[in-house]
Amino acid sequence: MAEKIATRDAYGDTLAELGRLNKDIVVLDADLSKSTKTEVFAKEFPERFFNTGIAEQNMAGIAAGLAAAGKIPFISTFAIFATGRAFEQIRNTIAYPRLNVKIAATHAGITVGPDGASHQSVEDIALMRAIPGMTIINPADATETRFAVKAALDIDGPVYIRLGRHKVPVIFQEGDYVFKPGKGVVLREGKDATIISTGIMTAIALEAADILKNRGIYVNVVNIHTIKPIDEELIIQLAEETGAVITAEEHSIIGGLGSAVAEVLAESRPTLMKRIGLKDVFGQSGEPDELLKFYSLTPDSIASAVKDLIDKK
Amino acid sequence: MSKLAQEKLNFLTQKAREIRKSIIMMLAEAGSGHPGGSLSAVELLTALYFYEMKIDPQNPRWEERDRFVLSKGHGAPVLYAVLAEKGFFPKEELMKLRKLGSILQGHPDMKRTPGVEISTGSLGQGLSAANGMAAAGKLDKKGYRVFVLLGDGELEEGQIWEAVMWAAHYKLDNLTVFVDYNGLQIDGPINEVMSPEPIPDKFKAFNWNVIEIDGHNFNQIIDAIEKAKKEKGRPTAIVAKTIKGKGVSFMENQVGWHGKAPTKEEMERAIAELEA
Repeated sequence: MAEKIATRDAYGDTLAELGRLNKDIVVLDADLSKSTKTEVFAKEFPERFFNTGIAEQNMAGIAAGLAAAGKIPFISTFAIFATGRAFEQIRNTIAYPRLNVKIAATHAGITVGPDGASHQSVEDIALMRAIPGMTIINPADATETRFAVKAALDIDGPVYIRLGRHKVPVIFQEGDYVFKPGKGVVLREGKDATIISTGIMTAIALEAADILKNRGIYVNVVNIHTIKPIDEELIIQLAEETGAVITAEEHSIIGGLGSAVAEVLAESRPTLMKRIGLKDVFGQSGEPDELLKFYSLTPDSIASAVKDLIDKK
Repeated sequence: MSKLAQEKLNFLTQKAREIRKSIIMMLAEAGSGHPGGSLSAVELLTALYFYEMKIDPQNPRWEERDRFVLSKGHGAPVLYAVLAEKGFFPKEELMKLRKLGSILQGHPDMKRTPGVEISTGSLGQGLSAANGMAAAGKLDKKGYRVFVLLGDGELEEGQIWEAVMWAAHYKLDNLTVFVDYNGLQIDGPINEVMSPEPIPDKFKAFNWNVIEIDGHNFNQIIDAIEKAKKEKGRPTAIVAKTIKGKGVSFMENQVGWHGKAPTKEEMERAIAELEA
């Protein structure tokens, strides 16, 4: 059994580590530093940490001003508040002038758990994708999170990093994993279908691949950490090779990874597809694993979607 | 109260007249835009750019410069007129306001216009950005100051009060806000649409230093700026009573001139008045 770490924990540690190397990094939080793990940075660099109180819109604007003055701000809160409450501030004051602000939002998706639908962001990728020039990275595990945060620092412009509360398996090993922004990672190869997953769904997609293998079905599993700009070349290539594409995300099937992949394929290589995700519904209270099961974000549901799609080929 | 030398006062008065003429001409040429709230802020911006602020038009991103944030972004014409008058870009550019490909967008765009510090236009957001600039200045132990122009109607935006709270909490004494208190917004008088009054009391309640002035009186404006610079440990709000459409008789205090460009004939009448 792989070690399990929440991506928010990896974020907090990485941020503090980068803070030691780069004095321009400043961090802002809206009264959730214990939950988002920015408290690690705050304790080490109190003068470079700004609490805005419960005021996400102001936080986004302050970050823009700090960036305009040469700082590299990371702003953190729950994904629903970052991308929802402060959407227009991110759009107009951060992204329109292409300011160098990193929006690292935690508690994305339904695995927030018992807090329920008000706190479960299933639209954040859709919102951020619609903003011109926004880079979106959705790491699959703790290792990828560390790479993602460092990569975001190298990008001159706004980046949205989507992080989770729930402990998830570590898939990638620090030593031999190479993270390239904008490039998908092929984790399994197979001729029958292609599963394209993002975030915490990648570990689940790998389990689905194992189930299918036992039934004699071989699939590609591709981890897409960078949802925008997306790896069009790889997606088109694997669609051509297998003729069936299944996307898996802990997000609405509207506007997220599934939509992004569908857009690429519809224009370049129309392919049979099935999108796994929240089917235009809000979440609800429950334990993370119960919720994943309730909303059919499981290895079994991915595996049966793959089989159904192969039957349609 | 400090008293400006007559020569300096004449200089500022003359600049204000030129800036008003530029506003009228660029809006007439553009065919759309916001004269009322541009004209009400002419003395405030003229005092900042031609008396107070440390800036270098040849080096708009000079790190030590004072910053100005036009939070009420629809006042872009007054900012553009001042920046052109100051030499940040040629005055001919003013006649391309709101045209395709222009460096002068309908609302300020920091990526296109030299001297614009932050993109604004969606109301209520500029003060937050100014907070960030002021905080960065403190962090870097730089001596620059950050000035902001808020509209009075803009105070209806909730984010303004998030930012007002934050600036006081972080003791941003390098931050000075002007409220262009002209009393009118698009739909009518502010106290009929959604009253933000009493404005000075609200800033005081948030632990700001508050100064009330006549926003068309250079002596009072500069005196207030000097007082703000001396204030330690808290930001200053200068609530400047102004007249919307100031300087053009038929535009003064007329809500209809919030967001309507003058015709060529109206422009000629306005220019004649300003040159009289």
